[in-house]
Amino acid sequence: MTYRSIKKLLEEYPFAATYFEQNKLKIDGFENQTFEEYLNHFSEDELEDQAIDKAKLLSDLPVYLDQMRQFLGMENDRKVHSLTILPGHDKSGTTEGFQELTVETSQIISIVGPTGSGKSRLLADIEWTAQGDTPTGRSILINGQVPDMKWRYSSNNKLVAQLSQNMNFVMDLTVLEFLRMHAESRMVQDPQSVIDKIIAAANDLAGEKFELTTPVTSLSGGQSRALMIADTAILSSSPIVLIDEIENAGIDRKKALKLLVTSDKIVLMATHDPLLALMADKRIVIKNGGINHVIYTSDEEKQLLEKLEKVDSLIQTARQELRSGNTLSPDLLAD
Amino acid sequence: MNLIIFSGPPSSGKTSVILKTISSFHAKNIKVGVVKFDCLYTDDDVAYEKAGIPVKKGLSGALCPDHFFASNIEEVVNWGNEEKLDLLITESAGLCNRCSPYLKEVKGVCVIDNLSGINTPKKIGPMLKAADLVVITKGDIVSQAEREVFASCVSSVNPRAITMHVNGLTGQGAYELASLLYDENQDIQSVQGMQLRFPMPSALCSYCLGETRIGEAYQMGNVKKIDLGGDKK
Repeated sequence: MTYRSIKKLLEEYPFAATYFEQNKLKIDGFENQTFEEYLNHFSEDELEDQAIDKAKLLSDLPVYLDQMRQFLGMENDRKVHSLTILPGHDKSGTTEGFQELTVETSQIISIVGPTGSGKSRLLADIEWTAQGDTPTGRSILINGQVPDMKWRYSSNNKLVAQLSQNMNFVMDLTVLEFLRMHAESRMVQDPQSVIDKIIAAANDLAGEKFELTTPVTSLSGGQSRALMIADTAILSSSPIVLIDEIENAGIDRKKALKLLVTSDKIVLMATHDPLLALMADKRIVIKNGGINHVIYTSDEEKQLLEKLEKVDSLIQTARQELRSGNTLSPDLLAD
Repeated sequence: MNLIIFSGPPSSGKTSVILKTISSFHAKNIKVGVVKFDCLYTDDDVAYEKAGIPVKKGLSGALCPDHFFASNIEEVVNWGNEEKLDLLITESAGLCNRCSPYLKEVKGVCVIDNLSGINTPKKIGPMLKAADLVVITKGDIVSQAEREVFASCVSSVNPRAITMHVNGLTGQGAYELASLLYDENQDIQSVQGMQLRFPMPSALCSYCLGETRIGEAYQMGNVKKIDLGGDKK
């Protein structure tokens, strides 16, 4: 493909522009030459000064184009329908207390256990698609089969997206610029409609609305969380989402989970909040580095969840009243 | 002995990543030593010592740190062999983002962090572009979107490298990194005659003049040696 002119190359693979841009290669005026001819125009001094490795740039281009083509073409065949965890052992070598655990898309699994009990290890096992080759000896299956090694090594196809309490936006961009940049890196066909979708979803989750022109760094905690969740649900390529506690303030968590689940994600959620933990069909109990047992949320618990939700909505109403500057009356608790 | 060359901008998390990675080597009874290269100051050797890891440090002072690396790596490898290490890791900060200390026959790992901004992959030269593995750190404190964008910027300047996320605090990903680093079949007795992957910028010593071969015979001019202790042969 590199014997073609740069112009032809860009026509066929528009994303090659990113390769030139990221490698700081200004191709303006050289469109009718091949990439090799273009590289040959640099003088020895320029090559040294700009630290240009001609041979590497030339041989990397086809690799890059190949990766990008795969990335674009894999939408269908890389679809993940289910994740299966096969038991290993805990830190003392005791076999884990379950047979086989399968989670399908649109399902939520919660993970409970004290800090340091092995939640990170479980996540790392999933991310690495462990095949009995990690300290826990667990194995991970995707769609019921031993997964393709691409999940381990490809930087554009990570299996797990993470959302955690400590995450912040660090880029100095507006919401619009930020989303456009993410959409471009995912090579979305129609960025504008995707951006509109994300903004609508994020504003639906956040207590207070925000604009496309707001800098991401000045969003409130709740707004940031809402934007991160909407963006992960709609734009992230990772089929599995791990949530590490979502704060109660400023965001509708139930809607947030619904958004992720309707986007065909497999949701794993580390939480000790009863409202969230009981929403999951199953919960994994982690102790001493291993999965101690798996609890199926009972009907009794589901009924309790409804009552807890009522209590929660009372608190939310009180919060809303305070925000509007009203006084609270004891009637709030009257049945 | 295995040799692995770690490099990366200052404060990107190299030492944390190496420490977490070494703990999974210890579980497999692999003896690891570290040589830390820096320019004016480092106290990372204390962190390694605390973890019971044999460590030496070399400060380049007035010399270019990567030139200093190239003129010392031979002796450093000899030290590692004398210590009967199974694995020697060298760690050096890429202070000007231009140099890279990687040798052609030796695994090179570049550590960069998500907080450094998405233009960082553009700013870093051969240190990032010529690495076999790129480890991205501090992923736990930025958004998923920024992680994805950052990783895609990295892969567009170095599409061949394996890019992975490692958390230097919890060690998530370090076990996996370790499994990619150690090669039972590799036994490096000496690096004499090996070549740098990319020539360093010009200045005053033989490496400044484009020398890529390793070995005392090829060194001229401003060469500084680490005091590795023991008797000089």
